[in-house]
Amino acid sequence: MSLRSPLGRVLGLGTAKDGTGHWWGQRVSGIALALLGLWFVISIAMMPGFGHAEAVAFISKPLHAVLLMLLTVTMGYHSWLGVQVVIEDYVHSHGLRLGSLILSRFAHILVAVVGLFAILRLGIGA
Amino acid sequence: MNPNDRPLSPHLSIYRWPVTMASSILHRATGIAMAVGFILFAGWLADAAAGPDAYAAFVATMGSTIGRILLVGWSWAFFYHFANGIRHLVWDTGRGLEKEQANASAWLVIVVSVVLTALLWMVVS
Repeated sequence: MSLRSPLGRVLGLGTAKDGTGHWWGQRVSGIALALLGLWFVISIAMMPGFGHAEAVAFISKPLHAVLLMLLTVTMGYHSWLGVQVVIEDYVHSHGLRLGSLILSRFAHILVAVVGLFAILRLGIGA
Repeated sequence: MNPNDRPLSPHLSIYRWPVTMASSILHRATGIAMAVGFILFAGWLADAAAGPDAYAAFVATMGSTIGRILLVGWSWAFFYHFANGIRHLVWDTGRGLEKEQANASAWLVIVVSVVLTALLWMVVS
C-alpha cells in the first residue's frame, strides 16, 4: 500500500519539491553546450588574428552574434546549476548557504547580461 | 570475530585512488574552473565592445605567460568537461556502468581531453 496521496503521485515532484527539473535542465543545457562550446573554442582558435578589429568582425557577424548569445545564456544557466550543487554539497551553515546561493544566482545573471549587452552593442552597431 | 578486526571505512590518506574517483573530482573541478571562465568570457565580449584600448589591455593580459598558461588550462578544462559530460550522458541511458567499462571510459576521457587540447593549440600557434 502506498502512503502517497493521489495528488503527490500525479505531480511526481518527490521530497525535494522540484522533481527532476534540476537534473533534466543540466542534461539539456549540457547537450546544447557540447555543440555551442565546441563551435566557440574552434572558432576562437581559428581566428585570423587577435586584434580588436578581428574580434569585432567575428562577434558582430549576425550568425555569430546569435550563437554567442545562445552560448552566453546556456553557459550561465548550466554554470548556475552546477555551482548551486557545489554550494549545497560544501556549505553547511544554513545562513551562509542561502546567502551563497543567492549571491551565485545574482553573479551568474550579472555576468550573462554583461555578455549579452556587449554582443548586442557590437551586433547592432554602437 | 573481534570487533576491531572488522574492515574500516576507507581512510582517504591511504586509499588507492580508482581512476573513476579522479575523473569524478576532475569533472567538478573543471566545471568550477569554467564557472570562473564564464567571467573571462563576458569580460572578453565587454572589452571588445568597449573599444580598441580596452581590448588591447585584455589581449596583453591573456597573452602574458600566466595568461597563456591559464588559457591552456581553461581549454583543457573545456575538453575534459565536454568529453566526461558525454560519458555522463551515456551513463544516463544505463550503459557503460560496469566497473571495467567505467575505468576504461575514465582513461579514454583523460586521453581524449589531452589530445584535443594539444590539437587546438597546434591550430592556434
